[in-house]
Amino acid sequence: MIRFENVRKRYPAGREALSGVTFRLEKGEMAFLTGPSGAGKSTLLKLVALIERPTRGTVLVSNQNTARIPRRRIPLFRRRIGIVFQDHKLLHDRTVFDNVALPLMISSLRRRELSGRVRAALDQVGLLRYENQFPLSLSSGEQQRVGIARAVASRPELVIADEPTGNLDPLLSLEIMRLFGRFNDVGATVLIATHDLELISGMSYRRLYLEAGRLASPDAGPSEEPA
Amino acid sequence: MNAIARYLTLHLENLTGAVARVVDRPLGSLMTVLVIAIALVVPAGLRVMVDNARALSGTWQGAADFTVYLEMAVEETAAEALARQVGQRNDVERAELLSRSDALAEFRAYSGFGEALDLLDENPLPHALIVRPAGTGADLDRLVEELDTLEETALVQLDTEWLERLRAILDLARRVVDVTTVLLGLAVIVVIGNTIRLEIGNRREEIEIIKLVGGSDGYIRRPFLYLGLCYGFGAGVLAALIVILGLGLVASPARALMELYGSDYRLAGLSLSDAAWLLGVGGFLGWAGAGIAVARHLREVEPG
Repeated sequence: MIRFENVRKRYPAGREALSGVTFRLEKGEMAFLTGPSGAGKSTLLKLVALIERPTRGTVLVSNQNTARIPRRRIPLFRRRIGIVFQDHKLLHDRTVFDNVALPLMISSLRRRELSGRVRAALDQVGLLRYENQFPLSLSSGEQQRVGIARAVASRPELVIADEPTGNLDPLLSLEIMRLFGRFNDVGATVLIATHDLELISGMSYRRLYLEAGRLASPDAGPSEEPA
Repeated sequence: MNAIARYLTLHLENLTGAVARVVDRPLGSLMTVLVIAIALVVPAGLRVMVDNARALSGTWQGAADFTVYLEMAVEETAAEALARQVGQRNDVERAELLSRSDALAEFRAYSGFGEALDLLDENPLPHALIVRPAGTGADLDRLVEELDTLEETALVQLDTEWLERLRAILDLARRVVDVTTVLLGLAVIVVIGNTIRLEIGNRREEIEIIKLVGGSDGYIRRPFLYLGLCYGFGAGVLAALIVILGLGLVASPARALMELYGSDYRLAGLSLSDAAWLLGVGGFLGWAGAGIAVARHLREVEPG
């Protein structure tokens, strides 16, 4: 689903965020991307979502070389990925329902089908009763779950999350991680960046350990050569 | 069919969204619309004024009589014959003889020099023909020239030169109005462009989020284009109202002035097609201004 080949990313300011990262994430797999702050976790996810482009190397997402996707095709590309952010990135002047419906409205889904999918997504995160509320009236954990519902409402094959539990207490964090696990169970490929090693210590998912822009994990992916 | 319906629904949603956004901040929106309306009123108002002046000068066309003074030696019977002869020309609508005795009586009545005239031995005035031409321009010039070469003619006095000058001035005014229109049209585009630029700044976060969840440029652009359209169209409506109101205020003193000049000319108002033009141009300029602003600034808003 995701394949990085010797990927380097240097920001215009000169800082090198990733230096020579190679790994694969198979379809239907779920993995944690860990490492200290500033290790390049966010940068890696940005390369997957085409928010940034690599300086060197190749990034493939569902067998598509992202370097070959022109600017104007990026929106279509992103519609196939669900993205969850640490700061939720919800629209505060729209209801919970409208926030979750946003990606579906963008894909101009029919109204009836749209309502069904939004309610299903809200039901999965346990927030169906809040559909007419505004995000600011919800707790931080609830807002994050709205963000997750939005990410999965369009049933993407890939879900990426950048520190989704960054502001939450351990219990809520565990709940959020289990939620991702459930999406993985039904077939979504999931990649979650988190620095909270304690939180994921009890989970059996694969881990990618980033440090100073390099992958230091022994299980950095199947060692087969790229075709 | 379904796709078209969905497309139209999307646009309708954008339009109602834009209207809601305008109504949501009444004061700010009113200021914007007012500035644009004033920029539209000035050329529209000037245009109505110049058009009125041109129409008015057109009604004077028929009154552009000129006078042919005959030689003193010409007898009244000969003068009468000449008047008939000139009157039958194709390029002459009417030719009347003002005999020297009538002219003297008229002069005595109106000039106030009656007593002075009594001192004269004989009537100093010649017979004259009052000619109303049928044509204008080159026809008129040829007529004047031919009458001037007649043996009996002493002098042709053309009173239309001032009218020609007035018309030239009005043509100039019209051109100035055209230039003003273009300049103020550009001003409208700039004002709306700037408003939309600020709006993009205010909604930066929203745009970023929509881009992150896969909103295309077109999807993001549309609400702003509709907002520009609303501002421009609203300003067009307001401008039309201001022009109509302004004409209403000017109408009665203008009529009084016209009556002093013995004219029953009525001020032409903003015609329905003019008003439609104003709304259309307002809407178009709004759309264009928003389009330029969006093209320039939307790219700058990128999630990072």
